[in-house]
Amino acid sequence: MRYWLIATLMLAAGLPAAANVATAATTTAATIGYEGARHLLARTSFAAPVSEVENFSRLTREQASNKLLSWSQTAGALSSPAPSWVNEPVIVPRRLREMSTEERQATQRMFNQRGMEMRAWWMQQMLTTPSPLTEKMVLFWHNHFVSSTQKVRQPQYMYRQHMLLRRHALGNFGEMLHEIARDPAMVVYLDSASNRKGRPNENFARELMELFTLGEGYYTESDVKETARAFTGWSIDPERGEFLFRAAVHDDGTKTVLGKAGNLDGAAVLDILLAHPRTAEFIVAKLWREFISPNPDPVEVRRIGAIFHGSRYDIRAALNAMLTSDAFYDARNRASLIKSPVDLVVGTLRQFQFTTGDVQPFVVTVAQLGQNLFAPPNVKGWPGGELWINSTTLLARKQFLDRIFRADEARPAMMLVAADTSKGGAAAEARQRFMRGMAEISFDSERWLRQSGRTDAGAVARLVLATSPHNTLPGDAAGLELIRRMTQDPAYQLK
Amino acid sequence: MKRRDFLRTAGAAAVVSIAPLPVFANAGRYGNLLILVELKGGNDGLNTVVPYADDQYYALRPRIAIARDQVLQLNGAAGLHPSLAPLMPLWQARELAVVQGVGYPSANLSHFRSIEIWDTASKSNEYLQDGWLARAFSQAPAPRSFAADAIVVGGAEMGPAAGGGARTIALTDTERFLQQAKFAVPAAQAQNAALNHILRVEHDIVQAARGLNAQHAFRTVFPQTGFGNAVRTASQVVASRAGVAAIRLSFNGFDTHSGQQGTHARLLTNLADGLAALKSALLELNRWDSTLVMTYAEFGRRPRENMSGGTDHGTASAHFVLGGQVKGGLYGLPPELARLDGNGNLPFGVDFRDMYATVLEHWWGVGSSTILGGKFALLDMLKQKVV
Repeated sequence: MRYWLIATLMLAAGLPAAANVATAATTTAATIGYEGARHLLARTSFAAPVSEVENFSRLTREQASNKLLSWSQTAGALSSPAPSWVNEPVIVPRRLREMSTEERQATQRMFNQRGMEMRAWWMQQMLTTPSPLTEKMVLFWHNHFVSSTQKVRQPQYMYRQHMLLRRHALGNFGEMLHEIARDPAMVVYLDSASNRKGRPNENFARELMELFTLGEGYYTESDVKETARAFTGWSIDPERGEFLFRAAVHDDGTKTVLGKAGNLDGAAVLDILLAHPRTAEFIVAKLWREFISPNPDPVEVRRIGAIFHGSRYDIRAALNAMLTSDAFYDARNRASLIKSPVDLVVGTLRQFQFTTGDVQPFVVTVAQLGQNLFAPPNVKGWPGGELWINSTTLLARKQFLDRIFRADEARPAMMLVAADTSKGGAAAEARQRFMRGMAEISFDSERWLRQSGRTDAGAVARLVLATSPHNTLPGDAAGLELIRRMTQDPAYQLK
Repeated sequence: MKRRDFLRTAGAAAVVSIAPLPVFANAGRYGNLLILVELKGGNDGLNTVVPYADDQYYALRPRIAIARDQVLQLNGAAGLHPSLAPLMPLWQARELAVVQGVGYPSANLSHFRSIEIWDTASKSNEYLQDGWLARAFSQAPAPRSFAADAIVVGGAEMGPAAGGGARTIALTDTERFLQQAKFAVPAAQAQNAALNHILRVEHDIVQAARGLNAQHAFRTVFPQTGFGNAVRTASQVVASRAGVAAIRLSFNGFDTHSGQQGTHARLLTNLADGLAALKSALLELNRWDSTLVMTYAEFGRRPRENMSGGTDHGTASAHFVLGGQVKGGLYGLPPELARLDGNGNLPFGVDFRDMYATVLEHWWGVGSSTILGGKFALLDMLKQKVV
C-alpha cells in the first residue's frame, strides 16, 4: 500500500512541469486544518461527526488522502449480511414467458420485494460502513456503468453487478471495464444478447464509447458500427445466468476501430479504448464533477488523466491526485456542489449520529428525492447537480429534515399511522413500514452538542454547513432548535 | 405569515370586485392555457379509438377487441370505446379533435426512454436535458406575475416542464402544497451558483404559494377518482388569481399487459369523466375558450393481443385535443394494420412534435423550430390561431 502511494506521488510529481513539484513540496508540510478536514470528509465520506473532522484536521493533504484510500474495503468486510437469495439461480426467461398471469404477478412482486431488500442492504451498508468513500465510489460506478432493475428485473443480476462494482470501486478501471462488458445485468440492460452477426444491435457499442470511455466527439459512427460487430455473440446463458460467448453468431471479419484494424473481438476493442488517453481524462473529469466542482479545469484534467493513464487505470492513483490537488482545497470550489439525496440522507444520519432501526424509510426517501438505488432513470444515470433540486424535491428534502429532527414529538403520531391496518395492499403496508421506521429514529441533541463541544451557533455552522448560513438565525436559537434551523438553511443542501 | 394572510385577503377581494379574472388581461400569449394529460404506461390507442370496420383488428384481437355494435361511431371507420361516452357531447359540439397515428421514427419501446423522448421532444437517439415546455418558456417567458410557468399535478417528475430554468411547481393538491410551502423562505440571491439555484427554486415555491389558493367553490362535481382529484386540483390552480401557462396532469395505470378489458374500461371511464368535469369547471371559470387540453403517452400498444388478454408496448397511438377553440374532428393517420413493422407495431402518421409545434405556433404564437430542433408540420385544428 505504502510503496504504491509513494510510487504514485513520485509519478504525480514527476509528471509534466517543475511547478507541480514545487506545489507538492510547499503543501506537504501544512496540515489541512479544521475547515479542510470538514470539506474533505463532506466530499468523500458523506459528512462526518466532529471527532473525525478533528482527527483529519491534523493531517497533511497526502496523509489525509492516504488514510481515506487505505480505509477502503472490499466485499470481504461488509458490515451487513447480503440478502439470502443472492445465490439462488435466476428465473430463466423461457420460464417467465410460460407463466400464468397470476404466477407472473407473484414473480413481479417477489422481484420488487427483493429489490427493496437489496436497497435496504446497501443503505444499511452506507449508514454503518467504516469506509464511506468505498460506498461513494460504488455509487459513482453504479452511476457510470448504469443498469436498472426496471429493465434487468432479475435481482440476482443486479446484486452481482453491484458486487463487481464494489470489488473494483477503488481498484482498477480497466479490469472493471472488461468485467462489466461480460456482466449479465449489463448484457441484458444494453441488449448485448441480441447483437448478432449480420444483425448488429449497437446499443452497448454506442454507450461504451459515449458514456463509459471516450465521451462524445472522440469517435465516429463507423467506430460504433465496427465495435458492435466486434461484440457480436457476447451473450448470456439464460439457464445458468452466466456470460456466454456464442461463437456461431460472432462476426469474424476485419473491423476497424479508432484506426486500428484486425479481426477484433470485444476485449480487443476495450483495450483500444483503454489505450486512448482520452478515456482516462473522461473518467477524471467525471470524478472531478463528483468530488471537486461542476466545472472541471481542463489543464488539471489532462495532468491527472495522465497520472491515471500512466498508472494503468489505478483508481486510487487518480483519486489521490485529485484529493491532494490545489483545486480540491481551493476556496472557490468549496460549497460548489449540491448534495445528492444519498449525501443528504446518509450524511445527516451519520453526522448527527442518529440511532436508526429499519432503514426502509431512508431507501424510500432517497427514491422520492430522485435517487432510487439500483434504478437510475436511464443509461446516462442520474444527471445530478442542480437537477437534484426542484420544487418537489426541495420541499421533500426540507420535510425529511424537519421530520427526523422532530422524531421525538412526532413519534406518537407516527406510531398511530404505523398501527393503522385498516387499509390493505402493498402501498399501505409500505406506508406503515415507513412510519414504523421513522418512529424508530432518535437523535440526542444534547449529547451530540456536548460531544461536539459545540454550543454556539457559529461553531455548529462551521461543522454542519459548507458555507456560512444564508438566512439569519434568531439570536436565541439553541440546542435542538439551533440544529433544526441550521439544517433548514439553504446552505445545508450544499457540500 | 401575516403577509400571506394579507395577500390572500387582498386576492379574494380582487377576485370579487373585478370581473372575472383580471390578471389575464396582461397575460399575453399565455392567457391561452395548455393542459397536458399524460396517460402513463402507454394507452392502448386501438381500443380507445377503435378501427371497427377493419377485419384485421378483430383478427389480431380475438379476446379483447371492442365489438362493432359497442363502439361510439365517429365516422365509418373509427369509433370510441364505449367507456368514453362522456366525451360524446364534446365530439358533437365539435370541440374534440381525435388525432390518430401519433408517434415518431425509430420508436423506443422502453417506458422510461420513450417518455423522455416525448418530454424533451428529442429524436429517438438523442438525449436532451430540458423538457420542451421548459425550452418554450425560456424562449418566450411567461409573465413574472404568474404563480408559475407550469404546474405538475401528481407525480414528482417535471416531465415536459423540467429544467431549463422553468418555474415549474409539482403538487398533488393545492391545500397540501400551501401547507408544505411553509418550509420555503424567501431570501436574497447569493454569489454561489449552486446556492443560487436552490434559492431560485425556493423563491418559485414562495411565489406559487402566494399566487395559488385552494378555496374556490366549484358547482362542478369532480369524480371521486385519482384522476378526478387531479382534475379538481388543476381546476383549483386555474381558479387562482395568479396565472400559469401550462398544467400537466399524470394519470397512471395504462400499462395493460394482462387482463386488459376490465382495467382499460375503468381507466377510460375515469378519463372521460375527468375530462368532462374539467370542461365543466373551465366553463365555470370562463376559461374553456382559452384552454387547450391535450393527451399524450410514451407509446401506444401492440396491435396483436398477447397471451394474457393484454397488450405489450407498441408505437403509434391516438390522442385527444379538446377545448373551446378546437376544431373537432378526426385527424392524422388511421391505423394501418396491414403495414405493421418487424415487431408487429403500427407505422406513425403524425410526429408528436407536429402536435407540439401546433401548440407552440398556433396556440401561443411562439416559433417552434428552435424549441423542437427542426421544422414540424402544423395541424389545422384550432379555430383561432395566435400569431
